[in-house]
Amino acid sequence: MAHAVEHEYTTTGLNHRKMLMWVFLGSDCLFFGSLIATYMVYRGQSLVGPYPIDIIDIPLTTVSTFVLLMSSFAMVQALSATQADNKKGLVTWLLFTAGLGMIFIGFQIYEFNAFKNEGLTLGGNLFGATFFTLTGFHGAHVTLGIIWLLAMAYIGGKGRLGPNTALDVELLGLYWHFVDIVWIVIFTLLYLIGGFDAGPVPIPSP
Amino acid sequence: MASITGVIPRPTSYAGIWGWMTTVDHKRIAVLYGVTAFIFMLIAGLEAGVIRMQLASADNDLVGPGRFNQMFTMHATTMVFMVLMPLSVSFFNFVIPLAIGARDVAFPRLNALSFWIFLFGGILMNVSFLVDQVPDAGWFSYANLTEKPFSVNRGLDYWAISLLVMGAASVAGGLNFIVTIINLRAPGMSMMRMPVFVWMTLITSILLVLAFPVITVGLIELTMDRNFGTHFFIPSEGGDPVLWQHLFWVFGHPEVYILILPAMGIVSEVLPTFSRKPLFGYPFIIFSGIVIGIMGWAVWSHHMFTVGLGPVANSVFTITTMLIAVPTGVKIFNWIFTLWRGSIEFTTSMMFALGFVALFIVGGLSGVSHAVSPSDFQQSDTYYIVAHLHYVLFGGSIFGIFAGIYYWWPKITGKMLNENLGRLNFWLMFIGMNLTFFPMHYLGLNGMPRRIYTYSAEFGWEHLNQLASIGYVVLFVSFLVFILNVLQTRNSRKVSHDPWDAPGLEWSIASPPPPYNFAELPQVDGLDQYWIMKERASAAGTPITEPEALVDESTIHMPSPSYWPIFTAVGVTLIGGGLLSHYALSFVGGAIAMMGVVGWSNEPPAAPSEHH
Repeated sequence: MAHAVEHEYTTTGLNHRKMLMWVFLGSDCLFFGSLIATYMVYRGQSLVGPYPIDIIDIPLTTVSTFVLLMSSFAMVQALSATQADNKKGLVTWLLFTAGLGMIFIGFQIYEFNAFKNEGLTLGGNLFGATFFTLTGFHGAHVTLGIIWLLAMAYIGGKGRLGPNTALDVELLGLYWHFVDIVWIVIFTLLYLIGGFDAGPVPIPSP
Repeated sequence: MASITGVIPRPTSYAGIWGWMTTVDHKRIAVLYGVTAFIFMLIAGLEAGVIRMQLASADNDLVGPGRFNQMFTMHATTMVFMVLMPLSVSFFNFVIPLAIGARDVAFPRLNALSFWIFLFGGILMNVSFLVDQVPDAGWFSYANLTEKPFSVNRGLDYWAISLLVMGAASVAGGLNFIVTIINLRAPGMSMMRMPVFVWMTLITSILLVLAFPVITVGLIELTMDRNFGTHFFIPSEGGDPVLWQHLFWVFGHPEVYILILPAMGIVSEVLPTFSRKPLFGYPFIIFSGIVIGIMGWAVWSHHMFTVGLGPVANSVFTITTMLIAVPTGVKIFNWIFTLWRGSIEFTTSMMFALGFVALFIVGGLSGVSHAVSPSDFQQSDTYYIVAHLHYVLFGGSIFGIFAGIYYWWPKITGKMLNENLGRLNFWLMFIGMNLTFFPMHYLGLNGMPRRIYTYSAEFGWEHLNQLASIGYVVLFVSFLVFILNVLQTRNSRKVSHDPWDAPGLEWSIASPPPPYNFAELPQVDGLDQYWIMKERASAAGTPITEPEALVDESTIHMPSPSYWPIFTAVGVTLIGGGLLSHYALSFVGGAIAMMGVVGWSNEPPAAPSEHH
């Protein structure tokens, strides 16, 4: 893989793959943007419960949000270890990032299950539909990131990652930080702001 | 490298069908796109034929309402997603690397993946005919007509999932061309030295990657409504069908520019070449294109004037829609001034380009008439809209694309399309197009709603409908003439590398171009680089008569063919196919796609060679 990166001529001097990743993230912004828009449009429009105020557990999700934030820190450490050619460090930090991601997903599974037991389902009301769709697709992004992290840790374990291939880790980092930032937005809107929504009272129109 | 890539040895040759399936050469992928899209165009044309036959006389019962709904749905869906877009992408693929002086696109394998996903997605959509569960809710598939109680068979699932699959191809293609255009320009080719077609491709690609995620979310929500019990668009459970319309048109209006901007780019190449003078007001054309690309996001609700969004929304979208006519008008004036005092050469390509300008003006003017929301209340959902959209998409996009086919054909094949047959092709298409779609303006204003499968004789719509159906026959013949023209090129003469004395870099190399395109990356000194080069050469007394000399291919390191793109595309399509049959199949597809990604990333873009 190494020689694929070195000899490339580019007009701007930027690497092709790095530019591809940035543009892709721009595209993904519109994807999450549309899902979030659907949630916001249907805020307070559920005809039957459970409503957010009945089941949203902000302290619990604050913990999982903190875990995901820390995973971004670990990701930065992994990249810096790669650039410093610290073979052991990069594998450790990649695995650590993946581990924190898995804890986040564990929280999400617990939360989905608890909500289901309280009667929140995809088909039950609009809150269920929009909540599970949005956070579910975010969870899928995190899961994909975990698989990617584990694959990179495996490659790193074979000694194939170093300063010359740091871009491979950097691209993974871009993706991981993006997914993390999306969660900050989701946490703010669905939990800190929307978490207190109750009943079918329409939002006062402007 | 890892053992997984060693299962099947990496393909090394371009020979035979295996060569086409594993190719990563942008020129071959362009041919694949073009041929596939043309076949889909014939299918969509036959669907249109059923529509025109059914409407040719009043109280006709050739097909029932159910079949009729399927025909207009599949005609429009096929034309938009499987004909106009891939035909444009075919030109992106062939022309862009050549026009910017590159050896290939930035991601050759991703490019192949885009094509295969598009092809399989298109096939998946048409499988709905085989199982007779055909989408039938129109190309914009308004909720709640698309919801379970009103659409019980799986037609709409085929529609939604095939579009999701094809959307992945479009986004991947868009990403690829953005990076290619920004990052692979030959030395000296600054942004403002890029040919207009390259610019329009860049803007189209940006629209693609930003617009498709929005429809993706809409389609996911529709699929979940139909299969997983949600109520996103079902009013009785609190859902809002208008949300679907917003999601669809936030995508759908940029999509309109995705369909027309490439044709505008093609015409901006053809008009200067055959007027023998540079494009008038190049920066104005570019900035108009950029403004259209941005403002295209601010006009979507003009598709929804009659929904009842209120006078404020309707006024705002009336104003933005009328504003977007300004950059479009700027372009049209630039094209006309390009012709002004030029020494015009009426080749077939030029005639199609002129046809584009004329017909697009007609479509643009009828567009302005329903940009005004009170006037649109009269026209909404009538044949007037059908007339408008065919003037911009047939008279616009298709004419632009045909101008491109006649223009670049000698570069693609090294042979010439027959000009006499070409003129016949043009006049039949021009007359047939106007005969088919012009009467629809009157039909619409006389109150004929679109999408009705029959009408009573007493409405007085019969004669104009007959005229339109006769126009269809003329169009049909024009396509036969085109096919005949393509077939006869086997015996036609070889042409020189630069038959039109054209300004673009693609004409400086042999026809058809060698796999590596340019032996040496060109140094660009200005707009219309090849004109500059030719002018300099003749000023120096040594006019250019030969293309750039061919060199030994093995000295140039090119990306090697790969079977991972088609392998991964099969996996991606199976994920969709599983949602339509057995979910287990989706997991198989996911596993195949995953294997494909692993194999792909373990494989270097170019096989190691002794020259490296």
